[in-house]
Amino acid sequence: MIERRPLLQAAAHLVLIIGVLTVAFPVWLAIVASTHPQSAFETGLIPVWPGDQALVNYGAMFGEGLSNLGAPPLSGMLFNSLVMALVIACGKIAISITSAFAIVYFRFPFRMFAFWCIFITLMLPVEVRILPTYKVVADLGMLNSYAGLTIPLIASATATFLFRQVFLTIPDELMEAARIDGAGPLRFFWEILIPLSRTNIAALFVILFIYGWNQYLWPLLITTDEGFYTIVAGIKRMAEAVDSLPIWNYVMAAAVMAMVPPVLVVVLMQRVFVKGLIETEK
Amino acid sequence: MKRAIFRNQLLPWLLLAPQLVVTFIFFLWPAAQAGWQSFLREDAFGLKTTFVGFQNYTALLDDSQYVDSIGVTLVFSISVAVLALSISLLLALAVDRMLTSARTYTTLLVWPYAVAPAIAGLLWWFIFNPTIGLAPYALEVLGIDWDHSLDGTQSMILVIIAATWKQISYNFLFFVAGLQAIPASLREAAAIDGAGPVRRFWTLTLPLLAPTTFFLLVVNTVYALFDTFPVIDATTEGGPAQATNILVYKVYVDGFLGLNLGSSAAQSVILMGVVIVLTVIQFRYIERRVEY
Repeated sequence: MIERRPLLQAAAHLVLIIGVLTVAFPVWLAIVASTHPQSAFETGLIPVWPGDQALVNYGAMFGEGLSNLGAPPLSGMLFNSLVMALVIACGKIAISITSAFAIVYFRFPFRMFAFWCIFITLMLPVEVRILPTYKVVADLGMLNSYAGLTIPLIASATATFLFRQVFLTIPDELMEAARIDGAGPLRFFWEILIPLSRTNIAALFVILFIYGWNQYLWPLLITTDEGFYTIVAGIKRMAEAVDSLPIWNYVMAAAVMAMVPPVLVVVLMQRVFVKGLIETEK
Repeated sequence: MKRAIFRNQLLPWLLLAPQLVVTFIFFLWPAAQAGWQSFLREDAFGLKTTFVGFQNYTALLDDSQYVDSIGVTLVFSISVAVLALSISLLLALAVDRMLTSARTYTTLLVWPYAVAPAIAGLLWWFIFNPTIGLAPYALEVLGIDWDHSLDGTQSMILVIIAATWKQISYNFLFFVAGLQAIPASLREAAAIDGAGPVRRFWTLTLPLLAPTTFFLLVVNTVYALFDTFPVIDATTEGGPAQATNILVYKVYVDGFLGLNLGSSAAQSVILMGVVIVLTVIQFRYIERRVEY
């Protein structure tokens, strides 16, 4: 800051406080709604202050879910989401880091062709090729399986580019020294490159974990068996019931549980996440 | 490019194999399928498929629903991009003035990044619920009758608010980083020359933020065009009367629910074209940035 301007400073605080409150407001209402009995949503206004039914609502959602509406208990869906997020994050990192290693440290025929094949995935979001991809997964018998939930989403051009960028900044001398000491490519990769890219791996992990956790359309399409529902996609099935039955307390309890894990990851790893986000995308 | 390289010929292919296999099976092959399908027409029972050339494409342009959907998409994307960029720039400018509290404010503004777009939609749908929501109650005091399940404009406003809310934290982080990259000496020089905060914003900060803003504009457009699918699906499902049926949602509705495969594939191909253009713009810009 350059000069003292108390009025401007106060205005800045005001803007930020309004911003923070607006951002938090919908989530506050969701948390409040999850602590009231169903009768609170039948008439009048939605409650603004917490009620006393939190334990009952969350207990019911974790224990039996809304089985009559096709929503299994939250614990199972949370587990599926966790599996999906972890496999996608780790899988993307693993296959991207090896691809980047191959592209940077080797010269082989069709190297640029391989690079472009990976690059082109940037231009094909799931949403625009949804039908043929669904058909491929169905033909491979991967509907209603963890493999179907994760493998089709695992290719990543962005992660490959990031690691390529990181490897290009690592001095050549390091590799020459490793080679003189008798290390082969895999040993060099494992003992030098991976430790050097540790912070990038951590940052990428946060971003990809959130990406995997928040997947919506894909799990919604390929899971018809309740045992494989993820929580974000499962909420849609519950919300459809709200039109006829005001079970907002249960729906919002599920929504809160769907938000907690990724929000915790971002808040706890804020520093590495912010740095990683800005470096990955630029 | 690296001077020092390993000489193995087989190993790089083994290292690339997992990524390439996934890319071919789940990206390139389905995309090619969509391309091929867009030239075919299936009869209502799926018994006969005929090659129809560009008919699926020309049919789209004659289809008033598709043309409407383009209009809806434009209104939606431009509103989301402009709102999300301006609100987050305002917040970033405010945080940039803070010395001790900047980190706390950042933490309090960053977390919506982690909220799934589908949940963001659900939360705002709850607030705007016509029977028990807070917003319709407040609007009634102002004499506005809110029911987004009947009124197309209101339903559009609802999805714009939800999509913007979700994107603010992302833009905010990039603007804060952009502002921190502006050298303090420049601002001090401008201040000594007598330029106040408002003048400094227009003549110094905003021009120097142009690269960040342009980058964010592309990213936000991509977000509004493709990643907002869950927001729409969890709230309005494209309705009422197609008022929020954006292009990416229409591909899904026509293909999956309407089973109009040829038309859906042609729409997919058009959208892929849009993504390619946006990606090229983004990368050309990054190349230019490196030259600085």
